[in-house]
Amino acid sequence: MMKRSFIRLMIAFAGMAMSFVPAYALVEININKGNVEPLPIAITDFQSGNELGAQISQVIAADLQRSGLFAPVNKAAFIEKISNPDQQPRFEDWKVINAQALVTGRVTREGDGRLRAEFRLWDTFAGQQMTGQQFFTQPENWRRVAHIIADAIYERITGEKGYFDTRVVFVSESGPKTARQRQLAIMDQDGFNVRQLTNGNDIVLTPRFSPNRQEVTYMSFEGDQPRVYLLQLETGQREVVGNFPGMTFAPRFSPDGQKVIMSLQQEGNSNIYTMDLRSRTTTRLTNTAAIDTSPSYSPDGTRIVFESDRGGRQQLYVMGADGSGQTRISFGDGSYSTPVWSPRGDLIAFTKQSGGKFSIGVMKPDGSGERILTTGFHNEGPTWAPNGRVLMFFRQNAGAGGPQLYSIDLTGYNEQQIKTPAYASDPAWSPLLE
Amino acid sequence: MSRTDTSAMSRMQTLARNPAVIALTLALALAGCANKKNLPNNAGELGLGGGAGAATPGSQQDFTVNVGDRIFFDTDSTSIRADAQQTLDRQAQWLGRYPNYAITIEGHADERGTREYNLALGARRAAATKEYLAARGVPANRMRTISYGKEKPVAVCDDISCWSQNRRAVTVLGGAGM
Repeated sequence: MMKRSFIRLMIAFAGMAMSFVPAYALVEININKGNVEPLPIAITDFQSGNELGAQISQVIAADLQRSGLFAPVNKAAFIEKISNPDQQPRFEDWKVINAQALVTGRVTREGDGRLRAEFRLWDTFAGQQMTGQQFFTQPENWRRVAHIIADAIYERITGEKGYFDTRVVFVSESGPKTARQRQLAIMDQDGFNVRQLTNGNDIVLTPRFSPNRQEVTYMSFEGDQPRVYLLQLETGQREVVGNFPGMTFAPRFSPDGQKVIMSLQQEGNSNIYTMDLRSRTTTRLTNTAAIDTSPSYSPDGTRIVFESDRGGRQQLYVMGADGSGQTRISFGDGSYSTPVWSPRGDLIAFTKQSGGKFSIGVMKPDGSGERILTTGFHNEGPTWAPNGRVLMFFRQNAGAGGPQLYSIDLTGYNEQQIKTPAYASDPAWSPLLE
Repeated sequence: MSRTDTSAMSRMQTLARNPAVIALTLALALAGCANKKNLPNNAGELGLGGGAGAATPGSQQDFTVNVGDRIFFDTDSTSIRADAQQTLDRQAQWLGRYPNYAITIEGHADERGTREYNLALGARRAAATKEYLAARGVPANRMRTISYGKEKPVAVCDDISCWSQNRRAVTVLGGAGM
C-alpha cells in the first residue's frame, strides 16, 4: 500500500535558442484587474506518430481552461493545419478565428526511450514567438510534462507562477454514510493518477502538505486514539505528533515546515498548540474555555488565523505567532470556520454558514473586503493553489451521495468539478514541486 | 460485543421510549422520507421480538433496551436536556448496580457544521455526559470519552429529523464485565 514511491522524474530543460524577441505589446493577462475576460488560445495537437500528441494538448487545454484565465478555441474552427511546429504559422489564419495566442508542439521518442516534448507559444496579433521550450522524460510521465508546459504558457502570459504541476492530497470516501470508509489519497491537481495512501481501516481526516518535504500531516482514529500524525510520502513511514493527553486534530505545518500547529482537546475545551518537529517542544498558544481550532499561518510565519466560538458562534481570529494579540476579524451574518491564509498573504479563505447555506469566501487579513465565491447546501474546507489564484474545496449536495471536489478562481465565475474515482473531501494543495 | 451492531437497534429502543419521537417518525414515514433513513422495519429488527423483558438483567441488551444507551442534543448545544437527564440517571443507576462495566462515551455532531469544529463539539458533548454521570456517582476512572465529530451519523436525510438523531452521546459498555 505504502511502497508506491512518489513520482520522481528527470526533466531536462533546454531553452530553445530561437528568434526570441523581447516582449513588448505582446499578449498578456493582468490578473490583478479583477474580472478578467478569458484569453482565447488555440492549442494544436502536438505532432507525434500516435495519439499522444493530441492527449498532451488536451491536458494543456484543460489546465488553462480550469484557471479561468484562458478560453481554448474549439479545434473544429482551426483553419491552418500545422505541418511543421518549428515553422512560423500563418498568423492571419489564427487571427481570423480570434485566437490571440497559439501553441504548437511535437512529441518524439529519443534513442534511449525517453520522451522529448517541445512546444512554441506564439502571439498571433504581434506575429511572433513568445517562448519555446523542450523537455525530456520517461514516457509514463507524459501528463506531468503536459502540466509543466501549461505552467510555462500560464507564466509567460500572466507573469505569475503556474500551479498545474502540483498534487492534491485528500480524503477518498466510499460506502454508505452510516459506514463510510475513508482513505488518504493523493492525485495530480486535475484529478488524475489517484493513489491511496492509507488502507481504510481507520477514519482519517484533514491531510495537509508540508511546504518543503514529501510529507503530510493528518488526523487518524487509529486504535480509537484520535491523534495527529506525520506521513512520509516516499517511504510510507508514519509517526504520532507529540504525546498529548487528549485528542489532537486540525493540524497544519508552519511555513518553514519545522512546526505542526493543531488543536488539543481537553474535556470540553480545545486550544491551539504548536510542536517543534526538531526539538519536540510544545507551546500552548490559546487558553480559553472555548473551541479554538483550524489554525493556519500567514506565509511569512508571523501571524496565525484560527476559528473560535469564544464569542458565542464560530468566528475568525488573528493572533501573533506567539499567541499574542488575539483579535476577531469576521463580523458578517453567520458563522465562519476553516480559515486558510493565502500563499500570497493577501487573503484568507473560509467556510461560512449563514441562512442554512454553506459558502466559500475570502476576506483580507484585517477582516475587510469579504467576498463570497460560491454558496450552496454544503461547501466546506477551501485550500489554495500555490499561486493564490484558485481555491479547491469540497461540496456535499442535498440528497444521497457523498462529497466531491471543486475548484473556483478568485473571480468566482469559474467553478469546476475535479472528478475523482470515489467521493472526496478535505483537499489540500501541494506547494510547487522542485 | 461489537459496537456497530448495537447502534441501530438501540437507537430505536430509545425512540420507543418517547411517544413524541415515534409520532414524528411515523409522520415522516407517511411523507415518504423514512426509506432514506436506516430505520428498522419491524419489531423483530428492533429487538422486540422476544420482548424487552427477555433481556438478561445486567446484559448489554438490558442496558440498551431497558436503560437507553444514548442522549440527544440541540443544535450547537452541549447542555444535557431534561429528557437526557432521565436517561443518564437510569444509566448511572444501572452502572452502580453492575460495577464491572467500564464505559466509553462517544460524542457526535450532525453534518451541518465543519469537520474540525464538529470534532470539538462531539468531544464537548461526551465531556458533558461524563460530567453528569460522574455527578450521579459513576467513578471517573470507569469512563473514557471519544469524539467522532460528524463522521458517524446514524440517520441519513437532509432535514432536522435526521440531524437531531445524529447530535448524540452514546454510552458504550466495555471493559472487565464483558
